Amino acid sequence: MFKNIFLLTLILFSQQVSAVLDIEITGGVIGEHPIAIVPFSWEVKSRAGQMEVSEVVTADLSRTGRFELVPASKFLERPHHGDEINFENWRAVGVESLVVGRVLAGENGQLQVQFQLFDVYKRSSVRDGGPSEPEYKIKQLIGYSLPTSYEDLRRTAHYMSDLIYETLTGDKGVFTTRIAYITADTRAKEKTYELQIADMDGYNAFTVLKSQQPIMSPSWSADARQLAYVTFENKKSQIYVQQVDTGTRKLVSSQKGVNSAPAWSPDGRRLALTLSRDGSLEIYTLDLLSKKLTRLTRNTAIDTEPAWSPDGKTIVFVSDRSGKPQVYRMSAQGGRAERITFQGKYNARPSFSPDGKKITMVHGNSEGFHIAILDVESGVLDVLTDGSLDESPSFAPNGSMILYATAAKRRGILSAVSTDGKVKQRLVLQQGDVREPAWAPYRK
Amino acid sequence: MFKKFLIVICLYSFVLAGCSTTGDSKSDGAATVDDLSGTGTDSSASTSGLPGADAFKGDPLDNPSSPLAVRTIYFEYDSSEIKADDQESILAHGRYLAEHPGTSVSLDGHTDERGSREYNIGLGERRAQSVRRMLLFQGASDQQVEVISYGEEKPVADGHDESSYSQNRRVEIVYKR
Repeated sequence: MFKNIFLLTLILFSQQVSAVLDIEITGGVIGEHPIAIVPFSWEVKSRAGQMEVSEVVTADLSRTGRFELVPASKFLERPHHGDEINFENWRAVGVESLVVGRVLAGENGQLQVQFQLFDVYKRSSVRDGGPSEPEYKIKQLIGYSLPTSYEDLRRTAHYMSDLIYETLTGDKGVFTTRIAYITADTRAKEKTYELQIADMDGYNAFTVLKSQQPIMSPSWSADARQLAYVTFENKKSQIYVQQVDTGTRKLVSSQKGVNSAPAWSPDGRRLALTLSRDGSLEIYTLDLLSKKLTRLTRNTAIDTEPAWSPDGKTIVFVSDRSGKPQVYRMSAQGGRAERITFQGKYNARPSFSPDGKKITMVHGNSEGFHIAILDVESGVLDVLTDGSLDESPSFAPNGSMILYATAAKRRGILSAVSTDGKVKQRLVLQQGDVREPAWAPYRK
Repeated sequence: MFKKFLIVICLYSFVLAGCSTTGDSKSDGAATVDDLSGTGTDSSASTSGLPGADAFKGDPLDNPSSPLAVRTIYFEYDSSEIKADDQESILAHGRYLAEHPGTSVSLDGHTDERGSREYNIGLGERRAQSVRRMLLFQGASDQQVEVISYGEEKPVADGHDESSYSQNRRVEIVYKR
């Protein structure tokens, strides 16, 4: 499974983007769990290609808001292996969890990363092997030796973050997942729109589609292997489905009028989408194999932005049938729709949490458009952000954060907010306008 | 800003041919000079008109003083209602299309950046459809009128304020020739 993760970093038919997204934590709380990540030793003959693995792990864990990253200036020693650790030195500075490691030469001129995670306070017991066991073996929670390459070193660091996060919190990490988003450079006469895929921290960005015409609404399949999106490259809106690994794509909808808002069914067999071929905008499902279209809404209002519940039984969507855009819910087979948002004049772009219990959406009030979260059962709506033009929210695959686009200094940037609203962070692309982020599900 | 532009067009055409002239008249300023002189063509005196004083002789689509010169229709926030001021132009486009069945137009619907992008695709479509309905009412055929909604994806003004927003909420009538 681990090898699979690394295979996908070579996205053929795509172009590495030189601009880098920088992460800036813009607000939030310091986590309660004190952890120290000791800078790894680089035990390879050549320093070429050296990278501070520990810095990537530190950034990953700090942005979850669940840890207090103890700064290296407080360290009393710098061990790289368990047998070099004096745990007294770590208890003295209040560290609870400790990560040490090193980068070694691997096979065929490649690399190997070794790391260990310790519970500084864990005590020996008879079951642990008794007093003859070295102290570090008793305190070690996990230890891995990971074969990797120079190109994949950063991704290996994210994988380490996942292992550490899962061990300490019991929740699955999202550090090896990806995001897709649209960039627009509209300053030049020849405008350029790009669909890019990057690691969740904004690094390793690749352009997978480039066009002189707008690109919209990227939507990941549930296995994270395909992206559906809207383009205007043929002077009309059309929906394509693209294979993420190969870059090959297929035109799946080019009806008269609007072809928009694609959303994958959880089983990957159908797309929900919006078409205007029968007059006004209506929601349909398209069976990707049989090409059969099923119309789900019948209404002169705008019906759009369908999103599936994780169990595939329900579709939520936006309609202005009551006068202003609000979120409605119906069976994935169609039929009667029930309004589920009542707070505010404008609720749109709904998207389910991975457990199906929450829906994130754009909530408009007198101060602007913010990201909100609706508890499906209670109907309670929490507004999480205070930007004026926040849009396109999507959940992290573990449900811990919401990625969205916001306007800052006259351009679009990507931001993330923890589901409880406590930690906010910014991903700043060096140039151009970034919009419509979509957080990929776990790759299956 | 747009209103100013209209006034400029109107002034310009007033100087040339009078603001109400719509274009295809054969008799014009130059011809009436002869009648007034009453001397016929055998006179040794010769008269000449002001260069450029002719009323527009080409395709009325190219006539800057025709209501057909208005190619952008603007809308209020979250509205697809056509303003009274724009109706004359849209009706003229409809008549022109009815008289020129070989001509076709694309109606490109746009919105400002506020709100969600896909809902704005719906709003742009609705705006373009209200223009389309008026064109068809004047006798344009379905095949002559194509509708494309770009939502908020193609703004003409980049600002995040009402003056930009009001320029971006529009339907562009694009003739395909």
